[in-house]
Amino acid sequence: MDWLELFLSAGFWAATLRIAAPLIFGTIGELICERAGVLNLGIEGIMTMGAMAGWMWVFQGGSLWGAVMFAAFVGALFGLLHAIFVVHLGLSQHVSGIGITLLASSLSYFLFRMILPDSTTPPKIEAFKPIDIPGLSDIPFFGEAFFSHTPMTYLALAIIPVAIYILYRTPIGLATRMAGENPVALEAQGINVLAVRTGAVMVGSALMAVGGAYLTISAFDAFFFGMINGRGWICIALVIFASWKPGRALLGALLFAGLDAFQVRAQQLAGGDIPYQFFLMLPYLLSIAAMVVIAKRMRYPQALLQPFRRGDRI
Amino acid sequence: MQIEPRENISPWRVVLAPVTAIGVAFFLCSFLIAWTGESILEAYGFLFKGAFGSRFALSETLNRATPLIFTGLAAAVAFRAKFWNIGAEGQLYFGALAATLVGTGAINLPPILMVPFLFVAGAFAGGLALLGPVFLKTVLKVDEVVTTLLLNFVILLFINYLLEGPLRDPMSMGWPQAASVIDAGVLPALMERTRLHIGFLVAIGAAIFVWALMRFTIWGYEIRAVGANATGARFAGISINKTVFLVAMLSGGLAGMAGITETAGTKGYLTLDLSPGFGYSGIAVAMLANLNPLGVVISAIFLAGIYVGADSMSRAVNIPTYIADVLVALSVLSVLVSLMFVQFKVRWR
Repeated sequence: MDWLELFLSAGFWAATLRIAAPLIFGTIGELICERAGVLNLGIEGIMTMGAMAGWMWVFQGGSLWGAVMFAAFVGALFGLLHAIFVVHLGLSQHVSGIGITLLASSLSYFLFRMILPDSTTPPKIEAFKPIDIPGLSDIPFFGEAFFSHTPMTYLALAIIPVAIYILYRTPIGLATRMAGENPVALEAQGINVLAVRTGAVMVGSALMAVGGAYLTISAFDAFFFGMINGRGWICIALVIFASWKPGRALLGALLFAGLDAFQVRAQQLAGGDIPYQFFLMLPYLLSIAAMVVIAKRMRYPQALLQPFRRGDRI
Repeated sequence: MQIEPRENISPWRVVLAPVTAIGVAFFLCSFLIAWTGESILEAYGFLFKGAFGSRFALSETLNRATPLIFTGLAAAVAFRAKFWNIGAEGQLYFGALAATLVGTGAINLPPILMVPFLFVAGAFAGGLALLGPVFLKTVLKVDEVVTTLLLNFVILLFINYLLEGPLRDPMSMGWPQAASVIDAGVLPALMERTRLHIGFLVAIGAAIFVWALMRFTIWGYEIRAVGANATGARFAGISINKTVFLVAMLSGGLAGMAGITETAGTKGYLTLDLSPGFGYSGIAVAMLANLNPLGVVISAIFLAGIYVGADSMSRAVNIPTYIADVLVALSVLSVLVSLMFVQFKVRWR
């Protein structure tokens, strides 16, 4: 049975993790922003910028982990810009976010073209190599599927418990969630709502940029145009699917990535019977379907999209 | 820092703010040009000449502005009601698909009827592409930002399939393109020896129509009311779902017409590179115009000028064409900030 073999192949599960990793970074990043009450539609552009910045850092001779830090730094800068617009100036979060996406992606392409004026084939770099976890990677099937990945893939899996711990077990996480649920109450506690939101947007944007960098320095080894290809928007759908909970975000990202890995393999199994475009549509359609399923039970942060001005009363 | 609404909004500020903001965008962009090592004034000179410097340049700019007016109106109408339709790109392709289905020989009418018929078909198809998201939004409260965005990818893949399969023109030597629109459906040229066609006038007509609709009709009032304060509008007896549905059909229809001007006008047939992101640029057009339908015409011509001018600038001096997108993005953000200062003042404490 071909279809059964597909699910039992270690390559399928390894690919699922590989596809899920950038989505996890992006989804957790967006989730942190939205938990603090700020929708960040800049995600698509910030991921593009992260992909470009990370790749560029390595291309110019920097280290791989330096590239991750640099991408995070650049992402945080764009997060700061978004925060100035929507948190401090109270502009429309939708409009500013789209503006940030326009700016960040066009700037990435411009900078890429400036540094490499006429390259038809994008130059390659030494990307992260998979490391085998001693002992575990020798287990048949599981070793290849789960314990032979690049360090950034493990990092992606590691940020989920970290995000859960910080959001639910620390004062700073409580302040972040309050900024998204009831900023007036947060203000009454003597905590600066604007500062909390700004910080959350910057941290979230840094994570998005790292998700973009994952594509250029871990999954592939080059930057090319249209690389993000809607992954940022998928992350926004995943945040809704996850009902703004980090644990469910992991589940959503894995489900989505599994379907994506499946459709690539199913294309080959189906031969030419079904046009390949229909397989490529599946991930997008599934995202929409997931939102429909979740819509009735959805409980979004109460102060999402609402600007806060100091001294506001209910 | 405290941000307070102004008591009276001076009309001077309304006009001067966006102009100043665009000046700021050009100023910021000149740092990037300085980095390329080219002369800033020379580069902007090439940009301006390439966009408006000759009869041909002007016709190219207005030709590029035509679909942008439609997609800009689509975004302006939808955003006014806070219906975030980011799917104009997909709706444009649905309009173009309609032009291919009915305009390549299936229906034969004299030109005087065929051209309006194509626009109606395109509008219908554009609205159809938004039917799913608006249904999900009104009935199931599913966020339309994500559904309209993701449908762009689905629709583009669907068009890709059609162009490689059932709709591929057998005469196209294997290129993924559809058959040409019949002669009766081709939009007549406005200027000799240029690509500018009658679609530009239709676009301006559409802008005036949308402006009048928003300003003088009950529907327009209801759309503005829902956007300004949905709860208040409901208490005033306005059906929010009905209004959102109406807005969606209007917005999708306008975006679909952009597909007509490209398929039946500029290009002549449907391909996958029909639109270099007109749907997304339309959002920038609407934002620059502060969602004003008549302002959309001006900002679409401005944006088209930047794109056309940047093309010829990058041929003349060594600056990547992506500078156009950077310039547009900076303009959008700085106009956004400047318009806030029209309505609000900042008090430092």
